[in-house]
Amino acid sequence: MAKIFGSAIKRREDPALIQGQGKYTDDLQLPNMAYAVIVRSPHAYARIKRINTSQAKALDGVIAVYTGQDIVDSGIPGVVPVGWILAGLKQPAHPVLAIDTVRYVGDGVAVVVAEDKYTARDAADLVEVDYEPLEAVTDPAKAAKAGAPLVHANEPDNIAFDWEIGDKAKTDEAFANAAHTARFDLRNNRLIPNAIEPRATLADFNKITGELTVYMTTQNPHIHRLLMSIASLGLPEHKIRVITPEVGGGFGSKIHHYPDEVITAWAAMQIGRPVKWTATRSESNMTDAHGRDHVSTAEMALNADGKILGVRVNTYAAMGAYLSTFAPAIPTYLYGTLMSGEYDIPAIYCHVQGVFTHTTPVDAYRGAGRPEATFVIERLVDLGADATGLDPTEIRRKNFVPPDNFPYQTQVALAYDSGNYEGTLNRALEMADYDNLRAEQARRRGNGGKLLGIGFSSYIEACGLAPSALVGSLGAGAGQWESAKVRVNPTGSVVVYSGSSAHGQGHETTFAQVVAEKLGVEMEQIEVVQGDTGQVQFGWGTYGSRSAAVGASAISKSVDKVIEKGRKIAAHLLEAAAEDVVFEDNNYFVKGAPDRKQGWGDIALQAHLAHNYPADLEPGLEETSFYDPSNFVYPFGTHIAVVEIDPDTGEVSLNRYIAVDDCGNVINPLIVDGQIHGGIAQGVGQALWEGAVYDEHGQLLTGTLMDYALPKAHNLVFYETDRTVTPCPHNPLGVKGIGEAGTIASPAAVVNAVVDALKPYGISHLDMPLTSEKVWRAIHPASGN
Amino acid sequence: MAEQVTITVNGTTYRKEVEPRLLLVHFLRDVLGLTGTNIGCETSLCGACTIIMDGVAVKSCTQFTVQVDGSNIMTIEGLAQNGQLHPIQEGFWEKHGLQCGYCTPGMIMASYGLLQATPNPTEEEIRHGLEGNLCRCTGYHNIVKAVQYAAEKMQQGGA
Repeated sequence: MAKIFGSAIKRREDPALIQGQGKYTDDLQLPNMAYAVIVRSPHAYARIKRINTSQAKALDGVIAVYTGQDIVDSGIPGVVPVGWILAGLKQPAHPVLAIDTVRYVGDGVAVVVAEDKYTARDAADLVEVDYEPLEAVTDPAKAAKAGAPLVHANEPDNIAFDWEIGDKAKTDEAFANAAHTARFDLRNNRLIPNAIEPRATLADFNKITGELTVYMTTQNPHIHRLLMSIASLGLPEHKIRVITPEVGGGFGSKIHHYPDEVITAWAAMQIGRPVKWTATRSESNMTDAHGRDHVSTAEMALNADGKILGVRVNTYAAMGAYLSTFAPAIPTYLYGTLMSGEYDIPAIYCHVQGVFTHTTPVDAYRGAGRPEATFVIERLVDLGADATGLDPTEIRRKNFVPPDNFPYQTQVALAYDSGNYEGTLNRALEMADYDNLRAEQARRRGNGGKLLGIGFSSYIEACGLAPSALVGSLGAGAGQWESAKVRVNPTGSVVVYSGSSAHGQGHETTFAQVVAEKLGVEMEQIEVVQGDTGQVQFGWGTYGSRSAAVGASAISKSVDKVIEKGRKIAAHLLEAAAEDVVFEDNNYFVKGAPDRKQGWGDIALQAHLAHNYPADLEPGLEETSFYDPSNFVYPFGTHIAVVEIDPDTGEVSLNRYIAVDDCGNVINPLIVDGQIHGGIAQGVGQALWEGAVYDEHGQLLTGTLMDYALPKAHNLVFYETDRTVTPCPHNPLGVKGIGEAGTIASPAAVVNAVVDALKPYGISHLDMPLTSEKVWRAIHPASGN
Repeated sequence: MAEQVTITVNGTTYRKEVEPRLLLVHFLRDVLGLTGTNIGCETSLCGACTIIMDGVAVKSCTQFTVQVDGSNIMTIEGLAQNGQLHPIQEGFWEKHGLQCGYCTPGMIMASYGLLQATPNPTEEEIRHGLEGNLCRCTGYHNIVKAVQYAAEKMQQGGA
């Protein structure tokens, strides 16, 4: 049969979605359902002096209005926890509704439940909250200073954690011996994830059975069930069922355990009716965990030939007002550990302070730490090239970990599994027609027209999260294996139950491809079930580019077990020894005697009838696996951005974007390319337009799509993509993750291109986003700032 | 307080009493149960709620239902005919023009409006024609390809 693994098969998800038949959380209606609206703080930091709900309660159609005190009085834990504990981590309690203090614009203070959504919104406006505003701090570097307003008044300072990795003394020595050094100060701009589907929760509590069903927009239903049980709601885990209908994008923002789902579920329990809460876009911008927001100083030491001797980085990473679910891991183990990039660097030291600020909490957003690290390294490499007079391609080649040096142990804990870094650079240069681009750039520099810039980003990332014992030793309150149950029905059709939970990644297609390839059954005979704790065994969900590398590996293991069990049944029926029975093309046959065979359907049926059956074998054909990876996977590649800048307006336009990625074996190239495209767009968005802005009082100025600039179709181009294939050596499918690669690589490529274009102006760095105004001011310094 | 409206949606004419402030998107979703039209913002910027009203692509999140009394509306649910996908739907499927699918109904309806006005658009015209619709998943690459596919198919088939 045709090879299915690796084929560009059209998605099975699409027929429903292109006809308006996809059911997202907000599409669901339950009988007698009520609507919740959460009243939110307009202040970044304020004491709540009084809340008056009487007018809201008096409005016709209002069922109930609750405050934080009501939740406390109900006796539930009522807090959302942090799930990654670093040494010395400060963990101030995060009540789901503020009790006496609000700490960011958007912090919830009350919830209104009403018969319809319009009444609920009206009533929310009638809740009177008397605030005493206090001085706020929003910049992580300023918040780290002594004397800054404290986000949590009972803590001595705003430093949530102080973390380091690498060898400081060795790195300082590398700098002392350096022929050249490069250094820059940077702010990695705060981003708002902006999945187009706002977060939503629909909770239904059965008072008789005590069962709570929560339909919600999440990437990881089991984690939510677990946290609602042990931390926020306090219900028994087996009495909670979390169901994720279609999910309209996540990009990390739907991993975390938010107050809103707790409030909605608790309200449903109070009124004894289903309650639905759906965020508006403004609420999403205020309350979806943001990404990035680092203030850093980064330095590189080089010898006279341009060989990198050391890298030294100091970072203030904003945590926001409270620690979101996995927040402490992002600027530490997903950031500092990536500081070797694709390079053989003998000394690295990275110091990170996580800092509370009066802002929306910061957590994983597509790439999560790795885009920030890649930005630091890839900008430093370009600055190092300038310092040593090398071309950006030469300095990279000179320092790449060579292909014969894998596994490669970095100075910052990771052991890269496989790679051929120069291979992707070479292919990208060929696609870009590099020499001609440089010639064109030189021509333009002579004629005073639009400036041309060429920027590189040779990235590595660590994904496929991750060996459980390792992440446990680093502070994770979670395992990072993944589960898969493969159930063969009596007719031979197959149902896969995966602990991964897609929200646009196409698992129904790719997971079925993995099974179809191994079993030889048709795609139409395979169903994939995910996103329902009532149907699927425990699993950790979809994030960190883990679904193929970890989730599909678990599926692969279960299919192997099914094949092995089938072999025993076939051997019995064929009266042969199991070791003499071969499985191929959906048939079992006796080695050397292909006519003596049993078809798949016969084996599936016999497994369920168990009439003519091995005496020592249990009936049924269903196997479950819990696959715990032995290492991260390390996709890599080289991206090249070509930009054009209008010196009169400062406008940067993306001319070309070339991406050569290596994610090991590819299950479905259509889907891999799609992930790359979307990832690039998000990274280009960070580089050129996006940025969450707070004013000095902590007011969010980018609260709507009018103020927060997402990339649009006309801002972008057709991406020129290609791949090399260096299989992962340590998982059964040889696959690496690809969901975040584009976002990890592209900000550095674009900024390097802009800085390259602006070289004649003596500009060595500009902070993202590179808006027209910022670029124009940089090339017209006389205009002042 | 309620006002009566008569609105034709996907070929069926509905007579309903609605509050004057009821948004058209809520009328479609909550009153008629046509949940294919999605809501991604409340400021007409994301385009997830795009529908065709009297032949033109409009955003249903910033129209009051009473404003569109007497109009003829097509939503994503009305695009395929007799179980046959519209070439735009086909294009989105063929070219992998969607991932999470949330912007897709609006994107498809905006593409429909674009191709009605400009049957044979250039890449540039497609990109500008869709600038009122946001997609966070695809980076637009395959959406533009999908519209190109549909334009070609519609030219051939006269759809």
